[in-house]
Amino acid sequence: MTREERLATISAEAKKRILVLDGSMGAYLQGFGLTEADYRAGRFEDHGPALKGNNDLLSLTRPDVITKVHEDYLQAGVDIIETNTFSATTISQAEYDLQSCVRDLNVEGARLARAACDNFEQADGKPRIVAGALGPTTKLLSMSPDVSDPAFRDCDFDTMAKAYHDQALGLIEGGSDLLLIETITDTLNTKAALWGIWEAYDALGIELPIWISATITDKSGRTLSGQTVEAFWNAVRHAKPWAVGLNCALGPDDMRAFIADLARVAECPVSAYPNAGLPNTMGGYDETPHSMEVHYAEWAKAGLVNILGGCCGTTPDHIAHLKHALEGVAPRKIPTVERKLRLSGLEPFNAAA
Amino acid sequence: MSFSNFIIVGERTNVTGSAKFRKLIEADDYTGALNVARQQVESGANILDVNMDAALIDGPKAMTRFLNLIAGEPDIARVPIMVDSSKWSVIEAGLKCVQGKCIVNSISMKEGEAEFLKHAEKVRRYGAATVVMAFDEQGQADTRDRKVQICERAYKLLVDKVGFAPEDVIFDPNIFAVATGIEEHAGYALAFFEATAFIRQNLPYAHISGGVSNVSFSFRGNEPVREAMHAVFLYHAIRAGMDMGIVNAGSLPVYDDIEPELRERAEDVLLNRRADSTERLLEIADRAKHGAKKEAKDEKIWRGLEVEARISHALVHGITEFITEDIEEARLKAAKPLDVIEGPLMAGMGVVGDLFGAGKMFLPQVVKSARVMKQAVAGLIPYMEAEKERTGLAGKSNGTIVMATVKGDVHDIGKNIVGVVLQCNGYDIIDLGVMVGCDKILDKAVEVGADAVGLSGLITPSLEEMTFVASEMERRGMTMPLLIGGATTSRTHTAVKIAPAYSGPVIYVVDASRAAPVVSKLLSGERDALVKETRRDYEAARQSYFAGQDKRPRLPITASRARGAKLDFAAPAKPAFLGLKSFEDYPLADLVAYIDWTPFFSSWDLVGRYPQILEDDIVGEAARSLFADAQAMLKQMVDEKWVRAAGVVGFWPANRAGDDIVLYADEARKEERARLFTLRQQIDKPQTYALADFVAPQGVADYVGGFAVTAGIGEHERSEAFKNAGDDYSSIMVKALCDRLAEAFAEALHARTRREFWAYAPDEQLSTDDLIAEKYRGIRPAPGYPAQPDHTEKLTLFNLLDVEARTGMQLTESLAMTPGASVSGLFFAHPDAEYFGVGRIDRDQVADYAARKNWSLETAERWLAPILAYDPVRAAKDAA
Repeated sequence: MTREERLATISAEAKKRILVLDGSMGAYLQGFGLTEADYRAGRFEDHGPALKGNNDLLSLTRPDVITKVHEDYLQAGVDIIETNTFSATTISQAEYDLQSCVRDLNVEGARLARAACDNFEQADGKPRIVAGALGPTTKLLSMSPDVSDPAFRDCDFDTMAKAYHDQALGLIEGGSDLLLIETITDTLNTKAALWGIWEAYDALGIELPIWISATITDKSGRTLSGQTVEAFWNAVRHAKPWAVGLNCALGPDDMRAFIADLARVAECPVSAYPNAGLPNTMGGYDETPHSMEVHYAEWAKAGLVNILGGCCGTTPDHIAHLKHALEGVAPRKIPTVERKLRLSGLEPFNAAA
Repeated sequence: MSFSNFIIVGERTNVTGSAKFRKLIEADDYTGALNVARQQVESGANILDVNMDAALIDGPKAMTRFLNLIAGEPDIARVPIMVDSSKWSVIEAGLKCVQGKCIVNSISMKEGEAEFLKHAEKVRRYGAATVVMAFDEQGQADTRDRKVQICERAYKLLVDKVGFAPEDVIFDPNIFAVATGIEEHAGYALAFFEATAFIRQNLPYAHISGGVSNVSFSFRGNEPVREAMHAVFLYHAIRAGMDMGIVNAGSLPVYDDIEPELRERAEDVLLNRRADSTERLLEIADRAKHGAKKEAKDEKIWRGLEVEARISHALVHGITEFITEDIEEARLKAAKPLDVIEGPLMAGMGVVGDLFGAGKMFLPQVVKSARVMKQAVAGLIPYMEAEKERTGLAGKSNGTIVMATVKGDVHDIGKNIVGVVLQCNGYDIIDLGVMVGCDKILDKAVEVGADAVGLSGLITPSLEEMTFVASEMERRGMTMPLLIGGATTSRTHTAVKIAPAYSGPVIYVVDASRAAPVVSKLLSGERDALVKETRRDYEAARQSYFAGQDKRPRLPITASRARGAKLDFAAPAKPAFLGLKSFEDYPLADLVAYIDWTPFFSSWDLVGRYPQILEDDIVGEAARSLFADAQAMLKQMVDEKWVRAAGVVGFWPANRAGDDIVLYADEARKEERARLFTLRQQIDKPQTYALADFVAPQGVADYVGGFAVTAGIGEHERSEAFKNAGDDYSSIMVKALCDRLAEAFAEALHARTRREFWAYAPDEQLSTDDLIAEKYRGIRPAPGYPAQPDHTEKLTLFNLLDVEARTGMQLTESLAMTPGASVSGLFFAHPDAEYFGVGRIDRDQVADYAARKNWSLETAERWLAPILAYDPVRAAKDAA
């Protein structure tokens, strides 16, 4: 199947049912008992800084493990797999002094996901989509890291755009079907990501769909940089995204109100992949596959979403339950939203006509 | 354009407009600069204009620093930013600092199209809206025509070439100084109004903005005259369609406040109404300035008024200085403190509301009024507490009400009054403030076990939010009453939109004076009666809303059918042939005589009947010139065969069956070829019509004809060619003429049908005028038009006539015909057949129609949505 065929089929499918995205990578990896040696295997034996926890690196050092995670999710019945590239930008990899590996991390990350998907696709002829994942990076363009100097920024728009541009090139080369800007904490970072991605598209002469997923950090209903859901949507609508959604930080009960807000205003498919609840005192997650299923089923029946999956703390078992919750339920109907000037600061401002 | 929706862009954070702000930036006093921004937002600015264009300021650096600082101030950063500079480098620096969706001010074609397109594409990628100045290679546009021409050109480039969303385009058609003494300047304001009106009507979704203070530049130093000119300018510009203005959000003048003579003379100048208008304004300018200097005297005048008038004045003008003493005086005069609220304060608010509704006050001024109101109420509260103690109400609660201004809305003036009035009546009020999200309101209501929830809002988007809150109450299974109030709300909106979303009681409270009686009934034994009465009232409101102007009662479909028109069917004529006849290339020259020119003029917005319109006082000249151009093009069109006309007609044996018409395969009338479904009028009148009435029932050999014609084959290419050559006028003209030719074609075929194909009137001799006046026998109604509003009947017709193969015409998914210049319809020959409109129909007929067409009720309701006499959602709920 070519990328175009795959995307056309899945878009047609999305009109009939709610699509399923995979669950967390990090939480599931914990079960593999990986050590520093696994992260270094082969290529990075002599690298300076400690590397454990740099999960993106496993695409190069333990590709078998990453492939296994993808396969377990594919087995659970997902339509879309995320690449293992959440931190694969020069900005995030600077913490490990691995900026020079960014291209490889993205190409390999995408390639592993594509290869796993191809196996399942060939078996039953149904398309499996690879979403090239672009995380938020470790810097914020809208906030000062220095409390005594609120005008200070430790990164600028152009640097951020370039980092995302490089990541996008690798993700496309490795075979991503679309790009997913996810766990957005600062909308200005996202604008830089879009800018970088579009420059990559210009350079390659192709255009992949873009999916955008923000993170509402707490019950105040705002992103880390202070925007409400609708303000955020107004600020990224110009990207004409393939889908827009929320992920991470909140469990399903706390996320529901904000997904409902988004579902009312977004004139494209809406996605949601909540955490398995809030982290408990032990750093684990309390929502079981069954308790998540109850939430998923209610969201689906309420017509809130077009794509569902899981974030931190979710496992293939959660996703198998999610599949079950969606049986026979129609996807959210995309609303016709009145055409009007829609601006935003931290809050939306919509002109009357 | 509604006055209350006018968007205020705060101008004080602009170094070119505010010396104070410029000095702060130059002195590196960014804390002071932030305070200016905060003050603008607090005064009601919807958007903050930021401009750093000054000789001594490093633009990109200052823009970046100031916007970064704003990002850290949530009370400022909540509003969108307008990044304002004449330098692209400064604009781009600003765009890289703003996370929300902002506005660029501005880009233009000053340096040519290439530069304009380059900037526009970048603005689009940064995700911003943009102001476009009416400025091109030749300079700034000063006349109406230049403004219009530049804006149209820019709009096309942005929308068609860059892919810019049209709603993100904001034109600044240049506000220039008038009354400068130079004759050419006299028409500047009028040119702005006219260009604004044109743009709003012809460039869909585009907005109009401008810097208002420019207009009064020649009266520098004379603030009273300037303010008068600004108020008058805004009043007219907003009527023309201006919906955004860069103004000082803190000090907008009140239109009605301007001394009448000054206002009239300012109006003369702005509307360029007389040759000596500038002189006449100058004449009184000094006096106006002089008068203003004596504001102390003015003050004396209003301070000398009765206390009620003083309170009203203070509210309208947002003056807090004397309100405490005035309230005290009013309280001493009144029997009890609540009387002051329900008397002079509410009366004053009434005045504010009226002025606001009439576009004579703007939101920032209302915000100031709210401030006065708050202070006034604060002065009364201790006395009201004491009153409660005295009457023994203290400590007792009649109930708890959770109130909030909904998300997206910051206005609370009315809600505050309602809160105080209810408190005075012994209710506990939990006021959650402004901009309150739905969940927060409902969580609180559940938490405290509220007896009712009250929602308030002043601006239109709040209406939608209130509906959402109602639907969430329904989802949560709540039952407590929901009270709706605020300037933008209404009984109709509540009845039509909010009440249907929630099965608990929903009650619209028209003003604060109604709040206490409504709440007291709701929380007493009278609740059921009130709820019942309100439901009945809302049902009536919905019905009158859905019935539009048409409030006449309707008949059940069975009764209506019994009153169906009964025509006499003695020996209907038989068509000369049965089956189809097609015309692949109908001579255009034969159609010209059948053209009805009146609709041609109205398609160009020239209203009047042809040929009288050519001699009309107002539009005559335009009409003559248009007609001459049309004749010239039409001749060329015919001579050179720019387009081809193709069509098909057909006739079938037919009989009526109920409200259906059955078409037969042949004269044996055994095999059903197709079935036409018709809709019947349900208005209560002695005789009702459905198209089926015009066909004889079984037993009489009757017939029905059908036709589909187009005169638009080649139209699209021809009109696109003109468009691409930049000649929009000819492009539109081609389309308008093809439309006329298609109608003429239908008319010609109808005439031939009467004379030769069906031949029931072989000797008919009618002039074009008689044809237009429909002085002939028989009709040719079209699906999708009033006699048969159901567009899906076109599918049957197209199928019967084999339209696609025979003419190349097609139906789109939404059942529009392509090419655009196409007409289709049925022929009925009965002498008493006449055109009629089905009007609105009830659910019983829709259900009946759905069953006949083998549709679900929902499908029928979707296709017939425009003519439903009821709310389908509500009806489904009632039926369930």
